[in-house]
Amino acid sequence: MSTLGVTRATLVKDLRMEWRSKDAINSMLFFSLLVVVIFSFAFNPTAEESRRIAGGLIWVAFLFAAVVALNQTWARELRNQVLDAYRVSPAPPNALFLAKTLGNFIFVVVLEALMTPLFVIFYELRSIGPVWQLIVVALLGTWALVVNGTFFAGLSIRTRNREIMLPLMLFPITIPALLAMVDATTSVLTGEASPDFWIKMLAVYDIVFTAICLLLFETILNAE
Amino acid sequence: MAGTNDLHSSPVIVLENLVKFFGRFAAIRGISASFAPGRLYVVLGDNGAGKSTLLRIVAGLMEPSQGSFTLLGTKKVREVAHRVGYMGHAPLLYDELSGMENLRYFAGLYGLHNDDAGRNAMQMVGLDPQLGRRVGQYSQGMRQRLSLARAVLHDPELMLLDEPFSNVDVRSARDMAAILGKVRDQGKTIFVITHQAPLMEGVADEFVHMSAGQIVSREEVVRGATAESAVRTTR
Repeated sequence: MSTLGVTRATLVKDLRMEWRSKDAINSMLFFSLLVVVIFSFAFNPTAEESRRIAGGLIWVAFLFAAVVALNQTWARELRNQVLDAYRVSPAPPNALFLAKTLGNFIFVVVLEALMTPLFVIFYELRSIGPVWQLIVVALLGTWALVVNGTFFAGLSIRTRNREIMLPLMLFPITIPALLAMVDATTSVLTGEASPDFWIKMLAVYDIVFTAICLLLFETILNAE
Repeated sequence: MAGTNDLHSSPVIVLENLVKFFGRFAAIRGISASFAPGRLYVVLGDNGAGKSTLLRIVAGLMEPSQGSFTLLGTKKVREVAHRVGYMGHAPLLYDELSGMENLRYFAGLYGLHNDDAGRNAMQMVGLDPQLGRRVGQYSQGMRQRLSLARAVLHDPELMLLDEPFSNVDVRSARDMAAILGKVRDQGKTIFVITHQAPLMEGVADEFVHMSAGQIVSREEVVRGATAESAVRTTR
């Protein structure tokens, strides 16, 4: 029952279930598409304006879309009380958390890969800074969203209004990461400043919160 | 064999003044008892008697408010989790996966990485391991059987089964009861919560009656040469 083995088995199981139901990815895609289309009609920006506002728009769209996926994460484990089967097993609790986080990371990255071309088309986006930096920001930022999101979604599974509780708990704690994501993205798109500071801040944020979540997850898993 | 176990061997479960509160309501009120290994216990009682709560505490799904218990010689349930099988009131299965996919995943949680355990467990409860249908499309009886297979696939010494016969037709329930009898005969200890006591008459070693969060009586079944000649003695 190694952590790695159980993580892999749980991740494969979650991906298979998502592939069959497409619950999370469909909801996320629909939500993001709505944001892209509505904002593009509302603002109708020039290419220069787009570069300045796109960082905020993109990450707000991905943040709200990620919440949809995060709420689904534990819903599957609550149906038929399957989570109890995991809790009575000798499998390490952190393996469940890591698998759920990796699963959400994959879902949100897939969403970003599908939605980014639409952002580019609708907002006439052309990055002045190097694109690879955008990819680094996207990966670090996505991890920041999903690691906390998975943890707080787990924390709220036994609350009555968990769909409301998740954003209430997640958004305040994500603000530093969100600021870093938006500023780093805007810096790369406009080419006016170096995104290095924000990228480092995101990396530190990811490490700190991943460690805290791993330390506390067993407690919230067994809280009843 | 049932009824011939050494009752002086160390108990599988020892409950010491166990209490569980939900808010101000006491679901379990100071239960102290011990249970010998290799026996099939049938736990009976009205709704709200505390049966499921007691089972959830012993399975490690819930902390007692007061008191303590020893499970398979330890107070740390996680240490012996691989030796315990738990079947909840709900099926504890993924609807989106097939029966074998479910069992393959849960076997992995117990460090079993080939399909033999899952296949054997499915065959034991009378299900076809080749059945590709997703669990969401199973009948209630099939779900219960698969749920039992999930609980026993790692060959646990102690099985905690919460209403395994609910929503199961009489014939399937009898089959399941017979399976439990055979498993007990292999030396396993089984706790079954049920409202269908007659189903367990032929296989039970002891009936444990609960009411208002307490064990009010225990009836030991002294089995003769045949199941029909079994006699209950209350203690």
